[in-house]
Amino acid sequence: MIGPVMIGPSSSHTGGVVRIGKVARMIFGEQPESASITFYNSFARTYEGHGSDRAIIAGLLGMNTDDERIKQAFDETQKAGMLYSMKAVMNASALHPNAIRVLMQKGEKKTEVLGISRGGGLISILEIDGFACNFSAQSKTMIITAHDVKGSIAFITNILASDDCNIATMTVNRSGKNDIAKLVIEMDSGLKPISLEYLKSLNWVIDVVYLENVEI
Amino acid sequence: MSILFNSFSEWKNHIETHNVPVWQPVLEYEIEQKGRTENEIWLKLDQAYAVMKDAVKTGLEKDMTSISGMINNGAKKVRDCKVSVLGENFQKLLYYTLAAKELNSCMGRIVAAPTAGASGIMPGVLTTLSEIHPDIPKQKILEGMLVSAGIALIIEKRASISGAVGGCQAETGTAAAMGAGAIVYCLGGDLGQIFESVAITIMNMLGLICDPVAGLVEVPCVKRNASASVIAFASAQIALAGDSAVIPVDEVIDAMGEVGASMETQYKETALGGIANTPTAREIEKNVLVQVVEEVEEGEV
Ligand code: SF4
Repeated sequence: MIGPVMIGPSSSHTGGVVRIGKVARMIFGEQPESASITFYNSFARTYEGHGSDRAIIAGLLGMNTDDERIKQAFDETQKAGMLYSMKAVMNASALHPNAIRVLMQKGEKKTEVLGISRGGGLISILEIDGFACNFSAQSKTMIITAHDVKGSIAFITNILASDDCNIATMTVNRSGKNDIAKLVIEMDSGLKPISLEYLKSLNWVIDVVYLENVEI
Repeated sequence: MSILFNSFSEWKNHIETHNVPVWQPVLEYEIEQKGRTENEIWLKLDQAYAVMKDAVKTGLEKDMTSISGMINNGAKKVRDCKVSVLGENFQKLLYYTLAAKELNSCMGRIVAAPTAGASGIMPGVLTTLSEIHPDIPKQKILEGMLVSAGIALIIEKRASISGAVGGCQAETGTAAAMGAGAIVYCLGGDLGQIFESVAITIMNMLGLICDPVAGLVEVPCVKRNASASVIAFASAQIALAGDSAVIPVDEVIDAMGEVGASMETQYKETALGGIANTPTAREIEKNVLVQVVEEVEEGEV
């Protein structure tokens, strides 16, 4: 009830937005060279006035919600060498009132993330590269992109179990049968680095992203 | 087991049966519910208090012009005003509160207490209190902040602390009640007096709608923070004198919940009613809201 310490003006328009940017960057895995940002619905009209545009950029540059440089985030993009563009879209009734889509690029590499700001700095990531998911980045989270081979889920959950790692939530999403699947696993405790390396080395695994909890 | 902060009467019973300080159950609640150690909690409170004091200072030193331009260094104007309507301390309370809240509107570093929209009130109240009463030790102020947190916990459970849910009474009203409780505690008031100050504060702020111009937390929010701080001190003074709100605090909070629940949505942060719906506010909107927006067909994203 006293806290968090954050940059104003609002926990949903600044704090939550910084976190969406930061998580998007973590999913991308490095500093993007360019970012195209779309603000939807309620965010679409007020993002400038609330400074949500600076907040999302700050997150994409890796800043925390209480970083005093958030206000100058546009200047900071030059140091980091990131280009950006903003767009506002209204009446996207299928989306939450406070939704943001971020497309990050570096060379050929591209990742798109859709997030919502739920108030009080809380967020949900609802889509990664078109795959539906739903996680809050408040616990340790693993995102695995893999070829959809038989028994892969059981295999992965076994590895977690042998690390004494309790699964809090898990979503699986496929694009077409036997094609590519995305698994998002929220865990109560962390995974050993060696298990993470092992997962990455499997020939049917395309990519593993491991997120530590992102502080509000 | 700590109490769960469902009511003030539960809090009172606990204190009376266990004979512990008022803030003790809040500390236990934080330890049990948030899994923090006692040390971490005191440290967090200390940091929060430091950020509050910094916010007041920064708001008076740096340029406080918001992106929209609606906020423009009001705190400094009050500080430099030669006409003092009610004495120096009163003036100080106003410009300290305005300074912290303006910093929030200008993307500065603040503590949500209980929300970012009401983030000027606790800093304004606590810094003024500690300056007027330099004999209050810092530890006592931190304990007072725990008392404030307990107050907000109960209001959150029985009514709301968010403008979008319960109107501005829920947001600045809760912050003022937190402030009043902390003042009474720090000045040696007992549990009954703390609770009376909360009841009086909420009674005074009952019915206040949430109607921010252009949806930005600036107008009327900044000035409302200032007057909420004044109400906090007024209620604390009355309660410390032993006067009563007559209606018990739990019932007052329930009344606030009832008013909040029946408040129409145009008065709940939607910028559709009240001050936000005045012709001038509508003009301002044209300048500060993003104008280049695409409209999409139903359902499509
Ligand atoms: S009017 Fe609404 S946004 Fe402004 S301080 Fe009150 S509750 Fe917060």
